[in-house]
Amino acid sequence: MPKKEIDLEYKIEHLSILNQDGELDSELEPDISDDLLIRMHRMMLLTRRFDERMLNLQRQGKMGTFAPIKGQEASQIGAVVVLEDEDWMVPSFREMAAEVWRGKEMVDMLLVFAGFNEGSRVPEKSRTLPVCIPVASQLLHAVGIAYAIKYKQEKNVVMVFHGDGATSEGDFHESLNFAGVFQTPCVFVCQNNQWAISIPRSKQTRSKTLAQKALAYGLPGVQVDGNDVLAVYSAAKEAVERARSGKGSTFIECVTYRMSVHTTADDPSVYRDDDEVKQWEARDPISRFQKYLKDKELLSEDDIEKLEEEIKSEIKGVIKDWEDKMKKMGDPADMFEFQYAEMPPHLVSQKEEVEKNKANR
Amino acid sequence: MKKMTMVEAINLALKQEMEKDEDVLVLGEDVGMDGGVFRVTKGLLDAYGEDRVIDTPLAESMIAGVSIGMAIHGLKPVCEIQFSGFSYFSFHQMEAHAARYRGRSHGRFSIQMVLRCPYGGGVRALEHHSESREVYYAHTPGLKMVIPSGPRKARALLVSAIRDPDPVIFYEPKAVYRAFREEVPEDEETFPIGQSEVVREGKDLTFITYGAMLKPTIDAAETLKEEDGVEAEVIDLLTISPLDDEKFTESVQKTGRAVIVHEAHRSFGPGAEMIARLVEKSFLYLEAPICRVTGYDVVIPLYQREKDYIPDVKRILKGARETLDF
Repeated sequence: MPKKEIDLEYKIEHLSILNQDGELDSELEPDISDDLLIRMHRMMLLTRRFDERMLNLQRQGKMGTFAPIKGQEASQIGAVVVLEDEDWMVPSFREMAAEVWRGKEMVDMLLVFAGFNEGSRVPEKSRTLPVCIPVASQLLHAVGIAYAIKYKQEKNVVMVFHGDGATSEGDFHESLNFAGVFQTPCVFVCQNNQWAISIPRSKQTRSKTLAQKALAYGLPGVQVDGNDVLAVYSAAKEAVERARSGKGSTFIECVTYRMSVHTTADDPSVYRDDDEVKQWEARDPISRFQKYLKDKELLSEDDIEKLEEEIKSEIKGVIKDWEDKMKKMGDPADMFEFQYAEMPPHLVSQKEEVEKNKANR
Repeated sequence: MKKMTMVEAINLALKQEMEKDEDVLVLGEDVGMDGGVFRVTKGLLDAYGEDRVIDTPLAESMIAGVSIGMAIHGLKPVCEIQFSGFSYFSFHQMEAHAARYRGRSHGRFSIQMVLRCPYGGGVRALEHHSESREVYYAHTPGLKMVIPSGPRKARALLVSAIRDPDPVIFYEPKAVYRAFREEVPEDEETFPIGQSEVVREGKDLTFITYGAMLKPTIDAAETLKEEDGVEAEVIDLLTISPLDDEKFTESVQKTGRAVIVHEAHRSFGPGAEMIARLVEKSFLYLEAPICRVTGYDVVIPLYQREKDYIPDVKRILKGARETLDF
């Protein structure tokens, strides 16, 4: 009975297709239709501008707290465009771009951030879950949905998003473990944006990569340049195909950066250097994608200018719509709706109390 | 009608609902091969296979969280947490998500799931195996909390819970699991969630109780009749939340005296809410202070001292007599 070594020869693949200067590794270039490339670019730009506009609205006091996505557009759009409508998408709370791609109305987002529950509605056919704030807890819902898909012998998949901080939570490990044991069709997309509020990635875990955590659960893990939309797309496409063909889950670590604040209530100057942010600005996901599209002659400076104008007016329209909608909302008695399928007696009487208080205001 | 223990009656409910509806499935630790540590899920694996009777890895948050996901995609999971003392790992999932998805999605998602677990003392168990902390769930908007007291009601309520579109926490009094048998009809039987029941009529005093405490409370009521000539009414709550306060407030309007019996800790316990409702709705009818015969505000002791912690007939009688003599 000698002391033996169990050989665990694992390597983590790191994928980069479009470098920070927009130079392409043409051997790895994914086959994406021109139309899809143009739509991906439009969505990345739209959500960048919408994010900036929301920050503005919040600073003006017109809106409450929200979590900006600036810098993470590629790791969201590159992944989510691979899904079919019938697939499920499970967000955490910093996936605005992915949500909008999936059909979430921007006006509804503004409503939520302005404090109206109405904005969290999920349309009847939508298979995108509402935002989930307790870190990593949504991962279990994703693998539960994936189990149900498999149980019903359907062909759909689930894509769930989370951040680097989530990898420290118990629910993260419990969900990867479940996904491994039951081979559920679930793709984990980790947006490693380097910061969990003030805690840097290096203090979150001693692991060299986050992707390697998947290996402990018997799942394939891959690391990609999360600011390279082509790399994210390629990894997501492969993972979704694997899940759809019954081969189970994949873990994708997108190495990206939170270029803005954690939420609007946060001041990063307390804990991180501006120099670091500047370095990452040079790796911006949108500018390098634009260079790629220009090289492919799918985009010109003129097109970008036109698109910027179009987006500006689209956002203006959304804000107008939002302001109109807010005027018609806000009945406090509405808080009793949707607590239970049928309102129990104690809530009926508490609702009456609110109605009476309303009348006496 | 066949006479069954509570374990057999719950098993019957699971079997019949699974037979009827293939969206119903069972998951938890040791629920498959082992049939559950109390054998509540015995035979289900053989009948329905491992995709529907899922032996999960050992992680309670996962059991609840995965059930939520299953419910979102149209299944009706009945998950088991082996002992209520371990259900706090799942509490976060139930509180933060099961209870909230309907509201969070503005009515789109129903979390039609049941979280079953044995609770309470009386089986000479180790630490964390004897607790009665139903208020954690009862205090949480969006959840329903059900505690049956005997085999027949356990079966009927579990069927109702499985069919309920909202998440139901189903606490099973493990001391009652095999304590006695009751006639349970083979044919389908349900019982409405949110409805209590008068199980013994009386005019002099109202006992309000549920779960494992029903039996000693009824015994105390019988003793009061024999020894004191007192007719006590006994109300079995069955659902803790939403609380049916109609029957017990009406009863106290008739009797003027109330004794609340539960295993749970006294402070901020279920009794505190019942007293509040009685004060709100039956204040002018009260002839005596409302009495609480409950577990104490200490961690439930190991079994050598458990008898002194859990209310028994003697303590219930003492409380009732003080109330009657006031």
